[in-house]
Amino acid sequence: MALLQIAEPGLFAAPHQHRLAVGIDLGTTNSLVATVRSGAAVVLPDEHGRHLLPSVVRYTPDGECVVGHAARARQNEDPHNTIVSAKRFMGRGLADLDNPAAMPYQFVDAPGMVQLLTRAGVKSPVEISADILRALKARAEASLGGELVGAVITVPAYFDDAQRQATKDAARLAGLNVLRLLNEPTAAAIAYGLDNASEGVYVVYDLGGGTFDVSILRLSRGVFEVLATSGDSALGGDDFDHRIYCWVLEQAGLSQLSANDTRLLLTHARAAKEMLTDAQEAPIQATLSDGQLVQLTLTLETFEQITRTLVDKTLLPVRKALRDARLSVEDIQGVVMVGGATRMPHIRKAVAEHFRQPPLTNLDPDQVVALGAAMQANVLAGNKGDDDWLLLDVIPLSLGLETMGGLVEKIIPRNSTIPTARAQEFTTFKDGQTAMALHVLQGERELVADCRSLARFELRGIPPMVAGAARIRVTFQVDADGLLSVSAREQSSGVEARIEVKPSYGLTDDEVSRMLTESIAHVHDDIAARKLAEATVDAEGLLAAIDVALASDGDLLDAAERSALDAAIAAMRAALAARQTVGINQAMATLNEASGDFAARRMDRNIRRALTGQKISEL
Amino acid sequence: MGITLTERAAEHVQGFLSKRGKGLGLRLGVKTSGCSGMAYKLEFVDEAGEEDLSFESHGVTLFTDAKSLAYIDGTELDFVKEGLNEGFKFNNPNVKNECGCGESFNV
Repeated sequence: MALLQIAEPGLFAAPHQHRLAVGIDLGTTNSLVATVRSGAAVVLPDEHGRHLLPSVVRYTPDGECVVGHAARARQNEDPHNTIVSAKRFMGRGLADLDNPAAMPYQFVDAPGMVQLLTRAGVKSPVEISADILRALKARAEASLGGELVGAVITVPAYFDDAQRQATKDAARLAGLNVLRLLNEPTAAAIAYGLDNASEGVYVVYDLGGGTFDVSILRLSRGVFEVLATSGDSALGGDDFDHRIYCWVLEQAGLSQLSANDTRLLLTHARAAKEMLTDAQEAPIQATLSDGQLVQLTLTLETFEQITRTLVDKTLLPVRKALRDARLSVEDIQGVVMVGGATRMPHIRKAVAEHFRQPPLTNLDPDQVVALGAAMQANVLAGNKGDDDWLLLDVIPLSLGLETMGGLVEKIIPRNSTIPTARAQEFTTFKDGQTAMALHVLQGERELVADCRSLARFELRGIPPMVAGAARIRVTFQVDADGLLSVSAREQSSGVEARIEVKPSYGLTDDEVSRMLTESIAHVHDDIAARKLAEATVDAEGLLAAIDVALASDGDLLDAAERSALDAAIAAMRAALAARQTVGINQAMATLNEASGDFAARRMDRNIRRALTGQKISEL
Repeated sequence: MGITLTERAAEHVQGFLSKRGKGLGLRLGVKTSGCSGMAYKLEFVDEAGEEDLSFESHGVTLFTDAKSLAYIDGTELDFVKEGLNEGFKFNNPNVKNECGCGESFNV
């Protein structure tokens, strides 16, 4: 017997037509699935009442695939075949990974994305994520009593094309219809109902187990826009455990512990940290493998003291994101706390002090992203009335095209909201040019060499024209899921070429932040490089034009004039070889002057030719 | 006779209404569709219709229309859990047979 849920007025579905939709927070450490039931968003627990599903997949000797708590429990004894944090490998090449040698996996470098060798064969991070999604899908279908029409899956705001595509692929593999990928901070804001709030700018402070992300969202006319993101991919709740662990070692005078004792003390450290959320002090008692008894009491005050630097460390990305968004603390209407680590009282205090207002904490910080995703899924599945949201997200790095001289022309600037489409016209550089190579790049720097190559394609069949006459319109389009497609169209002939950019491998967030910092650090170099490249392109264009002119009309010059012009050309080539902007510009001025008279004579001759035999009345 | 809620169902309905932040009560209705003739309808109510009949049960206002009431008079709405699934169930004395899924019925 089907159990019924209450629908919005007028929206109750016909029998067997219920549009069951879920929101999935596919996390690095834990994953959750949530749905909207009778108008309320709820996280769906498993049969033991547990909400979190550890994002751990184990391939057992008897060919089974175990996901969640059972897999995590065997992590230590079977590390090669028990995969944790597969999210960190999504859309990444082996070269992108931070210190892969420190991880217990047997990596296989494959084109596109790193793969892991397990006893179940070679598994890609997409397949491992699909196993997690499959477990969540099964839980959802058992809880909702029917098949899902779709899911909204959350991804970090900084996820690039490759990582988003990999997430979508994993969902497809798990048999889930992706209604939409949604940025995690946006989902958190939705869960707090900020979309119903007045307009304003909100900060999402997300301190998870191992990562820290901060995002700045602007809500205007019911539309969310991600203004900026920042973070630290190696800072999270685990670091707080580690500080307590170090404190225990120091207090108890311990050193060189076995792996088991380390794990034991870390577990106690974590328990103490969690206890200090509501208590003023926490006892730490453990018996080490050599029988030694560790007995300590950690006060809240000491805990705050030993982790002060970690808390301060989270405020750096906060300031950076504010700077990126060109906002100050006074502009912020509200702060949303996400991630279990934000339960720590001194984190809340530090955030409240920084923003001069108490942060929003009344929803479970572990669930808030999944709840928001569920609410969005409910809207997209058509279970809600007209008070729909349209959500906007942001691209993390500028997207552009290579132009002559190895320069990058930015088409879509970073932090642009998506979906977006921008077009720009380009032209041919050489007479009679019939093809054009397009090189799509991502990054903030001016030179191609300093940006990341995303894709290359060619536009062929351009009708032969003089240089500069062809009009090639290049359109960059980023869809709602953050995926890029680029098309180029020659306007007069209509020939067209396009490419879906699925970059072979993605950027680490370290790389994103490195590319951003470098673009600031190298701003002067970049300007100089751009000037040089532009001067070089101009000079080469001038030389090419003079070559063409000399070939057809060289007879207009006498020997002395010719040798003067040749000298200027030689000087120009020498200046180009020296690669100095000032020298090139000077040589170009000289060459222009030396060829000025020649150009005037050519024009006269051409006009005479054009006019010969013509009657005035026919002109 | 009219229609009623079990106490547990009433608690859940009140919870859902307060989370939703608006709504006068709950509408129980019947539509002529479904695999077995009739189908239930369960919706929040923001505005009562002119023809609506209303009942009070455990502090919740229940709405229905005269035509629906003919098929569900005497119904008690319950909230039940079955495994991981949970939701509302119509205990309708008028039902002669229902389809396997229980979403539609015949009188």
